Amino acid sequence: MKSLIRNFAVAAASALAMVSAAQAADITGAGATFPYPIYAKWAEAYKKATGVGLNYQSIGSSGGIRQIRAKTVTFGGTDAPVSGADLDKDGMVQFPTVLGGVVPVINLEGFKPGELKVTGEVLAEMFMGSISKWNDPKIAALNPGKKLPDQSITVVHRSDGSGTTFIFTDYLTEVSPAWKDKVGKGAAVKWPAATSVGGKGNEGVAANVSRVKGAIGYVEYAYAKRNKIPHLQLRNRDGKYVDPDEKTFAAAAAGADWFSVPGMGLSLVNQKGADAWPISGATFALMYKDPANKAASNEVLKFFDWAFKNGKQMALELDYVPLPDALTKAITEKVWTQIAR
Amino acid sequence: MNSPSADSGMRDQKRLATVRKQRIQDFLFHKLTLSFSLIVLVALIGILVSLAMVSWPAFKKFGIEFLWRVEWDIINEEFGAAIAIFGTLASATIAILIAVPLSFGIALFLTETCPLWLRRPLGTAIELLAAVPSIIYGMFGLFVFAPLFAEYGQPALQSTLGQMPIIAPLFGGAMNGIGILAAGLILAFMILPFIAAVMRDVFEIVPPILRESAYGVGCTTWEVVRHIVLPYTQQGVIGGIMLGLGRALGETMAVTFVIGNSQRLSASLFSPGSSIASTLANEFGEAADFHLATLFALGLLLFVITFVVLAFAKLLIIRTERAKGLKT
Repeated sequence: MKSLIRNFAVAAASALAMVSAAQAADITGAGATFPYPIYAKWAEAYKKATGVGLNYQSIGSSGGIRQIRAKTVTFGGTDAPVSGADLDKDGMVQFPTVLGGVVPVINLEGFKPGELKVTGEVLAEMFMGSISKWNDPKIAALNPGKKLPDQSITVVHRSDGSGTTFIFTDYLTEVSPAWKDKVGKGAAVKWPAATSVGGKGNEGVAANVSRVKGAIGYVEYAYAKRNKIPHLQLRNRDGKYVDPDEKTFAAAAAGADWFSVPGMGLSLVNQKGADAWPISGATFALMYKDPANKAASNEVLKFFDWAFKNGKQMALELDYVPLPDALTKAITEKVWTQIAR
Repeated sequence: MNSPSADSGMRDQKRLATVRKQRIQDFLFHKLTLSFSLIVLVALIGILVSLAMVSWPAFKKFGIEFLWRVEWDIINEEFGAAIAIFGTLASATIAILIAVPLSFGIALFLTETCPLWLRRPLGTAIELLAAVPSIIYGMFGLFVFAPLFAEYGQPALQSTLGQMPIIAPLFGGAMNGIGILAAGLILAFMILPFIAAVMRDVFEIVPPILRESAYGVGCTTWEVVRHIVLPYTQQGVIGGIMLGLGRALGETMAVTFVIGNSQRLSASLFSPGSSIASTLANEFGEAADFHLATLFALGLLLFVITFVVLAFAKLLIIRTERAKGLKT
């Protein structure tokens, strides 16, 4: 009997040890939902190549920051960059991992993707509710020759807090002083338009926009592209009307001086460049400079190093924009060197 | 002469020992089950206390005013619970108003007038409806129900009820198919099987002798139900309704899909709103610091609302019991 119990205890202990060994080998991260699809794809390929897996919980940007502060994960993901002061306080570094864009989408009968043009100011007024009809003279003036219907505009926004909302409201704050005064930017804001409806997740916004006639919303680019929801053409800072795609997102990042902001927390909205899509953004990873578990921290760096070198095609396939080589080189040389190995 | 009495004495002692042993067993069993039940109490108090602790900053800043402030501005940290409380109560009330008469009819039909061969399949169907996960109701609500409701339901309501005095504003506004009314309708379908199943079960326990006697003296089905079945099962019926109401108040996923998730108070039932549960589901992932405290405060309020509703139901049951006791 006793030996049975002992055997059982030994078996249980070794099973536990095996489980913890397996966990130790896996990289743990948590945070933004925006990069989850590409992290998952990279992780799958990385596991095949090296045998090391990645366990990334897409719990949202604030959740990611909370988890890395609580040290339950080795890296945190966030779409809204953490300020340089906060990074110093926590002893963390921050670097971008992948780029993407947010796209305003509409449901207006007779309009194909990219057929309707607006400026940032007009877009902000539509989301404010001060332009409430599609045939408003301000929209008509930008679209000569187009027949706009006398239909009310229904604003669709994310009901859950989201990095997508952060990037979008960051843009509206940048281009419209009225939006900056009355609403501001954040992962969730108080939507001022009287007819605004919230949808949960990109899919909730997409579902509501394609259901409600006269709706306008915003989703991640990949979502608009795959569901073929008509988008708007936007006028960028250089005055040119552009469509969203990998090239215009990359153009927005091309002129960026990443190290001009502490913690690389650069906002990519409304960037200069003739082809730049104005609502572009990056997603960031957060790590400790002096990690408690150096082995785990090194694994994270190895993973991102591998992803920067081998994951470009995968990113493009999922409609993200990989970081340019010069930038990944700078990250490896200037940021990762601050992390104790 | 001696030996038999000694024998019996020994037997008595043995018996005594057994009794004592059994008494200890009983005592231990009692304490064990008591400690099991105490776990529930400790968990309940623990949840309440921890909710109160985490939500304290919110109540400290806004005071009791938090309950009726109409404001939900995350960036400027101005919060109030009125919008969410209104959405929760309004959608649950609509659900109860629709689900109770419907499930009453269903239970009546099943126990009184349903042909025997149909009873089983119908009963099983209702139980199956109760087993459908709430996310399915939410998806059904958003992708199937809402478009149909916007196309046919809402225009019909607006052209009939929306033309009446006093209640007209309830059915005004844009017709998107989602909003507080849509959430109430979906909730009604979710709680209907619960209420119907409980009602059917309690209707069935009415002693046949009472029922048959009433039919014997010439009562109609309605009279039997009104004067025999309902008084006999009052407690169970109220219990079933409260079970449904409890679920309607706390339902999260399905409501989040169809309520429209807008932090705004409006007179129209067509307009999007938000409930306590949907606000929590939406904002918890990205909430930090003070915002998080207000979400916990909302959670505490939901807890209190549910508690008050249950307490009220218990009170109702006790009072009717007492009234009945006085009558006889």
